[in-house]
Amino acid sequence: MLVFLMKRLFNAAIVMLAVAAMAFMIFRFVGDPVEMMVNEQASQAERDELRERLGLDQGVVTQFGRFVVSATQGDFGISYRNQREVSSLIAERFPSTLELVLVATILSLVIGIPLGVVTAIHRGKWYTEALQFGSIIGVSLPSFVVGIMLILIFSVTLGWAPAFGRGDVVDLGWWSTGLLTHSGRAALILPSLALALFQITLVMRLVRAEMLETMRTDFIKFARARGVPARVVQFRHALRNCLMPVITMTGMQFGNLIAFALITETVFQWPGMGLLFIQAVTFVDIPVMAAYLCIVSFIFVALNTLVDVTYAVVDPRLRHQGH
Amino acid sequence: MASTEISKDLPATMPAKSRWRDSDLWWSLKHSPLAIAAGVLLVVLIASAFLAPLLAVQDPYDLAALELWNAELPPIWVEGGQWPYLLGTDIQGRDVFSAILYGSRASIIIGLASVAVSLVVGLTFGLIAGYSGGWVDNILMRVGDILLSIPTILMAILVSAVFRELLPTGLRDAFAPVILIVAISLAAWVQYARTVRALTMVERSKEYVQAARLIKVRPGKIMRKHILPNTLTPILVAATLNFGLAILTEATLSFLGVGMPPTEPSLGTLIRIGNEYLFSGSWWIVVFPAAQLCLLVLSVNVLGDWLRDALNPKLR
Repeated sequence: MLVFLMKRLFNAAIVMLAVAAMAFMIFRFVGDPVEMMVNEQASQAERDELRERLGLDQGVVTQFGRFVVSATQGDFGISYRNQREVSSLIAERFPSTLELVLVATILSLVIGIPLGVVTAIHRGKWYTEALQFGSIIGVSLPSFVVGIMLILIFSVTLGWAPAFGRGDVVDLGWWSTGLLTHSGRAALILPSLALALFQITLVMRLVRAEMLETMRTDFIKFARARGVPARVVQFRHALRNCLMPVITMTGMQFGNLIAFALITETVFQWPGMGLLFIQAVTFVDIPVMAAYLCIVSFIFVALNTLVDVTYAVVDPRLRHQGH
Repeated sequence: MASTEISKDLPATMPAKSRWRDSDLWWSLKHSPLAIAAGVLLVVLIASAFLAPLLAVQDPYDLAALELWNAELPPIWVEGGQWPYLLGTDIQGRDVFSAILYGSRASIIIGLASVAVSLVVGLTFGLIAGYSGGWVDNILMRVGDILLSIPTILMAILVSAVFRELLPTGLRDAFAPVILIVAISLAAWVQYARTVRALTMVERSKEYVQAARLIKVRPGKIMRKHILPNTLTPILVAATLNFGLAILTEATLSFLGVGMPPTEPSLGTLIRIGNEYLFSGSWWIVVFPAAQLCLLVLSVNVLGDWLRDALNPKLR
């Protein structure tokens, strides 16, 4: 077990090092950091001074080492655009992204699981076929198109929900939440739905496949034969056995959702990390881009490693496989 | 030489046409109305995109042809709509229908090219990794692991943004399609490589490969002529589904502003432009390009889904 854990952690570390190398290369070789930071009237002496302060006169390996060390301490330098520390910019935006992603995840489970059960139990019915086809549509709709259509229908035409922004927020220490105010909750509806739609279809397809598999097993047949009511067999016995893979997938998709949130955030002008990143891309604000890459990749890699390790704890067979 | 003679004889005894008519694939297609509909739709969409110069009423790339007094006209069936602007015009007086045709052409070409590039890279790396094993295999697969351990959309955005920044301003628009193809293919090849590698490892130990090795056929030829054809079925399904995904990714990048420029819009760029007029009531500028994009991806995905089931022997 310990060997397996070490191997997984080592792999994760290698990946993060590769990500850091990418972020560093972007920082170092796209444009000249000094030119980006000084104002235009700065003298050559001031420029040299800044170059020295940033350590840009040293060897590339030394620079990379220093980049990694400060990145692990959460220090990604100063934003070119608004001259503030990148870490505090991201810390400000992080809660709103996390809230969006969490609500979308909950929506996907609350809507996706029942739909999956229905399509598995009522096979061949017209509404099952419709839902099945609907799930292909759900996978084919680009998330920004979903967002735009939701805005067009529910904001522009019907005026039911706000189309942009986050509404009023309440500060709980360093965390700012929109869940406690009416306008904050209203503002969450459309973006979280837009973000959740793809995930809903994923959950639905997975639950359906797992249910079909489980309903064929012997213990279900036995429960039926004992005269347990169909409802109880379906929900108590079968569904419970399907939930493990659903939870795993939800965990692994969480990192993806954070990355995908940047599209939703752009459509809805949601003030999260993703919008910060896209604005940074437009203004070539390299430190923010590099920091976003590192942070999202870290969450992604950490979750995947966590899921892998949890699986190994639950299922000993996995520990002794080749890799 | 004997083998080439046999393969030359084959078509004579078994005409290609009846071979297709007798195939399971044809039978399955005939019994799947959804797949037929998707196939017909896809053919129409692709044909209309490539015939864009003939079908369009104006050249949307030619800024001189745009007439500002025809700006923001609604579709023809809405009051105020004008012939020949079937689906209305955008804020610059650009005909939406023509822009969609040209935009689809850009999206389809970039999608096809990305699939082609990632197929070539993926198949090559997969064959080499699976056939040679050892450290070559290890390095190639680790690189793939690393590429997939970052969310692909984030990677594509970054690659696109960075390459644009590295190019001189004048060349950015001209190279936009190339940058997009690189950005999309960068992570997409890994899936092909993994599939082909796994299949190659199985095929490698089979007798026909050993026989070819025994008579000193070069490894490159064994991989291309003997192993590759046996791995193509799952690759075909993956490539179809990835074509849809590539179009989606291209549209997303263009929508976010790191893709095709407004002067040569793809569908994603058109949606980006239309999105700015969402609240002005000019819904047609965004709705029609969005609908076209969805139909395109949907028809590809339905075909891919059908192909996966039709080629899966377990489901027969």
